[in-house]
Amino acid sequence: MKPLTIIVACVVLAMGLMGAAAGGLNGQVFGTWVAALLTLAIFSFLYKDNPVYKLAEHIFIGVSAGYVVCLEYWNVFIPNLWNPLVSGQSYILIVPFALGLMLFTRFSPRASWLSRWAIAAMVGSYAGFAVIGALQGDLIAQVRASMIPLYSADAVASMSLARTANEYVFAFLGILQNPLTIIGLITTLIYFFFSREHKGSLGVASRIGIFFLMISFGASFGYTVMSRVSLLIGRLHFLLSDWLGIIQ
Amino acid sequence: MSASGDKTVDKGGIVHRLSQVDRRVLYVIVLACAMVPLIIGAQVRLSVSPPVKGLYDAVEALPPGSYVYLAADYDPGSLPELYPMNIAFVEHLFSKDVKIIAASLWAPGPPLSQRVFEDIAPRYGKTYGEDYVNLGFKEGREAVMVSVAEDLRATFPEDYFGTPYGDIPMLEGIENLTDVRLIVNVSAGYPGIKEWVQQVATRFPVPIGGGVTAVSGPEMYPYIQSGQLVGLLAGMKGAGEYEQLIEKPGLGLAGMAAQSSVHVAVIVFIILANVFYFIDRRKRS
Repeated sequence: MKPLTIIVACVVLAMGLMGAAAGGLNGQVFGTWVAALLTLAIFSFLYKDNPVYKLAEHIFIGVSAGYVVCLEYWNVFIPNLWNPLVSGQSYILIVPFALGLMLFTRFSPRASWLSRWAIAAMVGSYAGFAVIGALQGDLIAQVRASMIPLYSADAVASMSLARTANEYVFAFLGILQNPLTIIGLITTLIYFFFSREHKGSLGVASRIGIFFLMISFGASFGYTVMSRVSLLIGRLHFLLSDWLGIIQ
Repeated sequence: MSASGDKTVDKGGIVHRLSQVDRRVLYVIVLACAMVPLIIGAQVRLSVSPPVKGLYDAVEALPPGSYVYLAADYDPGSLPELYPMNIAFVEHLFSKDVKIIAASLWAPGPPLSQRVFEDIAPRYGKTYGEDYVNLGFKEGREAVMVSVAEDLRATFPEDYFGTPYGDIPMLEGIENLTDVRLIVNVSAGYPGIKEWVQQVATRFPVPIGGGVTAVSGPEMYPYIQSGQLVGLLAGMKGAGEYEQLIEKPGLGLAGMAAQSSVHVAVIVFIILANVFYFIDRRKRS
């Protein structure tokens, strides 16, 4: 380990201890200091990869794994399986218990074939749920929602009721919504129609479909940026309020 | 070399150097854009979008004493976006005297719900077990959604603290999700609002609305158009809009000024990068 790394680690540790001491070794204050220093340790990766970042990363992975194991044990295994079995309420739970144990046979090459039974049960049941959900929740409902008139009388009526500039904008977009949905749906579907070469009118429609796809990708990217910035703001808010007390 | 020629070379040099600027300079600018509005307490006025208004109207239409199922399907990883929504929903529901049944399909969800309740309930004089309840976490994803909709008591025989279902006064007469007037889902991913729509919205006569992270927002908007969702909040902006509607400024609105300034910085970076790229390419050609 480089001397600079050791110095940085010592400074971080000293700051943590000083913070805890300043807070009278109060559990909440100590927790806030640990969280703040780990946040700064993760942010240090933005400068360059370093051992302090690695340490914080390993702590995060270890603590997360331990936390999930504890949660699953106390919230799932004990109340849903162990307690009903021990109290004799439901002996049928021996079946999922046995299937669960069979998953661990993957550690033995000779017995690993047993785990396939448990995996088959899981895949089968979840595929059943997914198929029902996709059919009734997505396919049928979305196809029905796509069968809309080009002209929406309600959207035009809302334009006449608009008072503010904001309401006018939304009302105008409401008028455009149906035609844009229909054109976007048809041209995007044409783009994914590969049975004929995209030439002539099919080519034009396919290129329009690309525009709709690009707008969709752009919107998704914009939302992703917003989401990531929100995470940054969340951490900064924690540092500035809970840790430093600069803002309320 | 002529004077004008020198000038051209120099200009090209600056453009080239700017186009090769160290990424850490951009990080510092983004950090400053996010921090300054938070420190000075800058506020922005948001225009409320129809999906957010839709959920607000659905809650406004609830009569006092009715029940709402609040599914807190998120974890600390999405706290900055979803926690303000959770707070805003509970504030609004308590202000309407609506009873809240909270539960989660994400293991870290119940403590987050409980934290929200403990922060807000005293201000509205609400009592645990009479005005709100936290049923905790249940593993099983889609299977639990259908099970909750069919038989809430069998799915959650006891609450987060181990109190038997039958000993909780507000749950008397509540047997399944047809006894609640609205499902509000705070969703960070799978299982979340998409699965609630797929498994519950089309099979049971209970309206669903909720909030999602901004990343999953575009994927969920088609459910608004199809009427499968009564309303949707996407990301911190959605939370801010809802806070504005209920007139309870919180973490959502506080973060939106910072969010906006970072967006402006990102847009400027993109424009400048393109301008520098084209100038640089022209110089080289």
